[in-house]
Amino acid sequence: MSIAEKQQEILEELSFFPDWQERYEYVIGLGRKLAAMPEELKTADKLIKGCQSQVWLDARGEDGKVRYLADSDSVITKGMIALFVRVLDGEAPDDILSADLSFIDQTGLKEHLAPTRANALNLMATQMKQRALEFGAA
Amino acid sequence: MAFDPSTVRGEFPILDQAVNGRPLVYLDNAATTQKPRAVLDASRNYYQRINANIHRGTHLLARAATESHEAARATVARHLNAAEPAEVIFTSGTTDSINLVASILSLAPGDEVLITTLEHHSNIVPWQMLCERSGAVLKVVPCLDDGTLDQAAFGNLLSDKTRITAFGWVSNAFGTGNPVLQMTAAAKAAGSLVLIDAAQAAPHMVIDVQALGADFLAYSGHKVYAPTGIGVLWGKRDVLDALPPWRGGGEMIKEVSFEKTTYNDLPFKYEAGTPNIEGAIALAAALEFVDGLGLESIAAHEQALIQRAADGLSSLPGTRLYGPADRIGALSFAVEGVHHYDLGTLIDQMGVAVRTGHHCCQPLMARFGITGTTRASFALYNTAEEVDALVLAVEKAVAMLR
Repeated sequence: MSIAEKQQEILEELSFFPDWQERYEYVIGLGRKLAAMPEELKTADKLIKGCQSQVWLDARGEDGKVRYLADSDSVITKGMIALFVRVLDGEAPDDILSADLSFIDQTGLKEHLAPTRANALNLMATQMKQRALEFGAA
Repeated sequence: MAFDPSTVRGEFPILDQAVNGRPLVYLDNAATTQKPRAVLDASRNYYQRINANIHRGTHLLARAATESHEAARATVARHLNAAEPAEVIFTSGTTDSINLVASILSLAPGDEVLITTLEHHSNIVPWQMLCERSGAVLKVVPCLDDGTLDQAAFGNLLSDKTRITAFGWVSNAFGTGNPVLQMTAAAKAAGSLVLIDAAQAAPHMVIDVQALGADFLAYSGHKVYAPTGIGVLWGKRDVLDALPPWRGGGEMIKEVSFEKTTYNDLPFKYEAGTPNIEGAIALAAALEFVDGLGLESIAAHEQALIQRAADGLSSLPGTRLYGPADRIGALSFAVEGVHHYDLGTLIDQMGVAVRTGHHCCQPLMARFGITGTTRASFALYNTAEEVDALVLAVEKAVAMLR
């Protein structure tokens, strides 16, 4: 499934939840299900410090693809991370770099990416692309 | 107009709106307060009728604007019980006021600046910058587990090296009210200058600078129902007269030549450039508004709301309240196993506006080993129904998050 197809799939899942409560329960559920990031990987260089919540991001190359592990102290942030990981994990560096992540605008969860002073989630989306550069993107 | 909580709300047009289909419950008043019609009208009236630059110009509008601006200064002085209006310097806010004082003091290596663990970053960083510049040493009064200051340690940290002692009257993060009279007297007895950050006190209590005995007091207009961008630095005349000017420019000079410039007298010495004229006039309107209602009545109403919130929130399992029982203005809390950002996000969906995070008090959060709290903060227009909506929203959010 391509990055665009995965985004479309997420939007379809969210379309089943017209009210805020169900939408957030979905995101919280995604956060809980996100693959655990081993504690030993949560080193200072992987920490993205936000004004509200903290995010850890690890990226490694595997057979020409980029694999991500991420975590947050906030479960809603973690659920939002899960959306990005689902879309970008296991993809080729070039595809990650050229990915259009504007699907988030249509999720009704956009407030978590507001350009506040230090939005860890925003920084993470940027860093996921930057890290892809290390694994052979042209 | 006597204070009637049930009717005063109508004076604040912004409160009459819905968030996600629910009535807005605004409990982020320690960040900024909403503005009553009296203040909105003062701002509009200024620009519609009298806008002109002040202290110059021979025309009618210039005279009217100057008179209104200086009348506003007199209102602020009266509200603070200052000895004279010239002791009131208009700034852009508390941060600006504290930076002004930290910039005009000359300290030497070995001198000490004393602050406390409860301070907002705006009452920490300007002093750190002063210490870096001068070689002075920053000393910090520790905080006890109940969110009050260690007064014994405060006494021990004061010495003949202490040049300035700066502390908040009321903690924005925990609502702790400090014994400012006693602290000021102790610092003055040690020979230190004293600055009181009254940003969180101004909306909730009567301030009498002559009774306090401090040298400087700072607050922001926007936290006391006035617009943003206007604030006050009150300073004792003999102290300010002996200190150098800060920013240079128009207004603050007497006579300029390339050989020698002489500076204006107080308060203009510290008001370089065209000031926030409308802001000053609207601040005076805000102070007249709260004085008309009576700050004691306002405080009693808010105290009842905080108590109701404390009772309601502590009835929920796993809730921890920070700060002492006699909080002023703000109530900070945490729920076990729930991140403050998640809690704040979900209750916002239910129309409840609170602040989450470190409240610009990272050293205080570090002292308690936390990254932040959820803070509900109260104003004169809040109601018991809103407190109940907060408690209900927290309960519902926690159920979703656990």
